Amino acid sequence: MNANELTIAAARDALRKGDLTAVDLTMSCLTAMDAGDGLNAFVHKTPEIALDQARAADARLAQGDAPAMCGIPLGIKDLFCTKGVPSQAGSNILKGFRPEYESTVTTRLFEAGAVMLGKLNMDEFAMGSSNETSCYGPAVNPWKVDDRQLTPGGSSGGSAAAVAADLCLAATGTDTGGSIRQPAAFTGIVGIKPTYGRVSRWGIVAFASSLDQAGPMTKTVRDAAIFLQAMAGHDPKDSTSANLAVPDFEAALTGDIRGTTIGIPKEYRMDGMPDEIEALWARGIAMMKDAGARIVDISLPHTKYALPAYYVIAPAEASSNLARYDGVRYGHRAKLTAGDGITEMYEKTRAEGFGPEVQRRIMVGTYVLSAGFYDAYYNRARRVRALIKRDFELAFAEGIDAILTPATPSSAFGLGEMASADPVEMYLNDVFTVTVNLAGLPGIAVPVGLDRRGLPLGLQLIGRPWAEGDLLNHAHVLETAAGFVAKADKWW
Amino acid sequence: MSIDTDTARKVAKLARIRVEEADLPALAGQLSGILGFMEQLNEVDVTGVEPMTSVTPMRLARRADVVTDGGQAGRVLANAPDAREGFFAVPKVVE
Repeated sequence: MNANELTIAAARDALRKGDLTAVDLTMSCLTAMDAGDGLNAFVHKTPEIALDQARAADARLAQGDAPAMCGIPLGIKDLFCTKGVPSQAGSNILKGFRPEYESTVTTRLFEAGAVMLGKLNMDEFAMGSSNETSCYGPAVNPWKVDDRQLTPGGSSGGSAAAVAADLCLAATGTDTGGSIRQPAAFTGIVGIKPTYGRVSRWGIVAFASSLDQAGPMTKTVRDAAIFLQAMAGHDPKDSTSANLAVPDFEAALTGDIRGTTIGIPKEYRMDGMPDEIEALWARGIAMMKDAGARIVDISLPHTKYALPAYYVIAPAEASSNLARYDGVRYGHRAKLTAGDGITEMYEKTRAEGFGPEVQRRIMVGTYVLSAGFYDAYYNRARRVRALIKRDFELAFAEGIDAILTPATPSSAFGLGEMASADPVEMYLNDVFTVTVNLAGLPGIAVPVGLDRRGLPLGLQLIGRPWAEGDLLNHAHVLETAAGFVAKADKWW
Repeated sequence: MSIDTDTARKVAKLARIRVEEADLPALAGQLSGILGFMEQLNEVDVTGVEPMTSVTPMRLARRADVVTDGGQAGRVLANAPDAREGFFAVPKVVE
């Protein structure tokens, strides 16, 4: 086994024992990263930074008090601002932007001794479910079953592809409507979206601020626990960051869920859902039951309205957040012709810099916030959001510990296959994940099996707010029972 | 609610995104499709439900009203497409 194929947990133990150095581990990942260009996962490579950080990690490991993430090579989603390193959010409008500051998440990771290999591909401003809206072109799923290239999902598609192909040990992702969990499910890895407020958003390019949350994308549930520990915690620079102690997530992985109650929401049994997804879900339910959990049917009656509510609220917030890209302070400015004033500068800059999906969402957001429509669309969607959150609160009040659902309505689809589809069709990818963002809850995707073509499928577990430890423990039980060990055959 | 070309033009203007006249009908069609999808929300009885303002019940944190940062004009301007004499430069705004 090459070092880049290790889990965080295994690498941590080997580094501490002195069986492996951070420099050797980093070199192994840098080699895999360069050999993985066909996946288009890494879009800005930072080998010099990585080796400097690895040398510092080795010095710290030699001192004997290194934290768990010390010397662990990571990929960082392009949405995170990293000082002096291009941070474009997958958009041409931020071409050339090199932040003068470091996001709180990457600051924490670097303080813990983690190593940054480079920045990872993503949908433009995290708006997409297939990585095809990226200004870098799409990242490619390492999984394939014929000569077609498949999407790794989105928006954290580069993160998912890089972890699944062992180009790095783990990667950061962000999740506004499913952007960690859907790509994790499409590539056979683990991805957790923490409770809203658990991880600081400071220095992460904003999409929809009331929904955005960063989280880890890893090879195992244990790695997710270790990684999340290093990312999480209160940050005075993010006013929505929760001032709560962060428990020891890895210690929560007892493997014992006897006596807990798992809810199965009937509204997630969608019309036209493929048999394979239904069968996978039934298998997951059986696994949790075998592990000693009580299975209860529950109802989350407003589930159907989550997607339309999301596609009002997220574009509304995006239209406001993305107003800052005006060609004045950073990024792209259009070439102006004689007589162009400041309005022409804004309009040309934004037409050139934003791709079609981002433009569409900004305009939808502008419309639903405009005078005369604010109540009919935006306020109504926020009322429905309150009802969606209440559905979950009522379920948890009745003693539900975790909710088990499918992660995605299908396995990975082909790149370009949705090109002629209606935008709304692409939005349906988020149908099982978006409720969790609207309610601010933690959710995790766990790989459970392969479909009949041989592509990974995942299930999602949804937890109580701030109970990521308990959620990770349930996910750990599911992971162990499913025993998913398949890897993509290397073709890249 | 169907979006016509005039409305699409107005929305593009409000969003400060230049859309060529020839592209407006297609844009109007796409926006109509998306807004049609949102119409489902009208089926929900929201009587007496307050619009959600904060997903986690928390009081917004406050800090002392004092200067905490500053004196970094060079770094603030470092990424500007056009910066002159310590300022962001834009086309003439006032005649």
